[in-house]
Amino acid sequence: MTTLVRWVRAFFAFWKGYIFGDDWTVAAAIAGGLVATWLLVEAGLPAWWLLPVVVIGANARSIHRSVTAERREDSTPR
Amino acid sequence: MPELDTGVFISTFLASSIEVIEMVAIVVAVGATRSWRASLAGAAAGLLILVVVIVLFGTALQAVPLEPLRFVIGALLLTFGSQWYRKGIERVSRDGWSAGSGEEEIDETMPDGFDWTGFVLSFKGVTLEGLEVAIIVVAFGAAAGAFGSAALGAAASVLVIGALGLASYRVVVRIPRRALQLFVGAMLITFGTFWAGESLGVAWPGNELALAWLGALYVAAALVLVRLASGWRIDAGTLSAGPTAPEGAAQ
Repeated sequence: MTTLVRWVRAFFAFWKGYIFGDDWTVAAAIAGGLVATWLLVEAGLPAWWLLPVVVIGANARSIHRSVTAERREDSTPR
Repeated sequence: MPELDTGVFISTFLASSIEVIEMVAIVVAVGATRSWRASLAGAAAGLLILVVVIVLFGTALQAVPLEPLRFVIGALLLTFGSQWYRKGIERVSRDGWSAGSGEEEIDETMPDGFDWTGFVLSFKGVTLEGLEVAIIVVAFGAAAGAFGSAALGAAASVLVIGALGLASYRVVVRIPRRALQLFVGAMLITFGTFWAGESLGVAWPGNELALAWLGALYVAAALVLVRLASGWRIDAGTLSAGPTAPEGAAQ
C-alpha cells in the first residue's frame, strides 16, 4: 500500500512539474490563451495571432520576475 | 511473398520523411540536452507502440481522432517547452551564449537515475509524429492494396533519417547547451502552438509554413528577451543594492 501511495504521489508530482514547472502562472496563461483562441474561432474571428502573443507575454513576465528576484537576492548585503 | 510496389514504397517513404524529420529532431534534441539513454528508450518505446498499433488496428487507424490528440500534446508541449525557453533565456542572459558547452549538464534539476522526463518527451514526439506516419501507411496501403510496401517505405524513412539524426550527434553536442536549450524550447513551443491551434480550428496563415514563421517569431522574441533580461538584472541590482552592488555581478 505504501509503495502504491508513493508511486501515485510520484506520478502526480511528475506531471505537476511537467505542466507547471517553477511558475504555474505561465501554464495558467497558456490555458487561458487556449480557451480564448477557441472562443475566437467559434466566433468566426481570426485567432492565429493570440497564442503566440500569450506565450511570449507570459514567458516575458515570468523571466522578468525571476531575474529581478534573483538579482535582488545576489545584491542583498549579508 | 508479395511483390514490392515501388510507387507505394517511394510515396510512403517521401510522405513519411516529412513527419520523421520532425520526430528525429525531437529525439536528437532531447538526447543532446537531457539524456541519450532516456531519449532513445522513449523513441524505441514509441516505435514499438506504433508497430503494435499498426498491426492491431490496420485500416481502423484512419478513424483515430488526431485532433484531440494534437490538442493534448500541443498544450503539454507549450507548458513544458515554455520551461526550457525561459531557462534558456535566463541562463544565456546571465552567462552568455557560449556557456554550457562540453561536458556540463544543461539541466541542473536532472534526476540521478533514469530521466523519465526525457523519456516522455521523446516518446510523445515519436508517437504523435509516428501516428501521422501510421495513418499515411494505412491510407497508401489501403488505396493501393499494398500494406507491406507502404509499411516498408515508412520503415525505410525512419531508418535513413534516424541514422542521419544520430550521425549529427557529435555536431549537436558541440553546440553550447544553454543556447541549445533556448532554441529547443522555441522549437517545442512552435510545434505546441501549431498543433494546439490547429486542433482548435485556427486557420494558420501559410498553412504548414506557419511552423517556419512561428519558429522565427519565437526565436526573435527570445533574442529580444535575452537583451531585456540582462537589463532587468542590472536594474534590479542597482535598485536593491545601490552603490554597494558587487562589481561585475551583472553582465
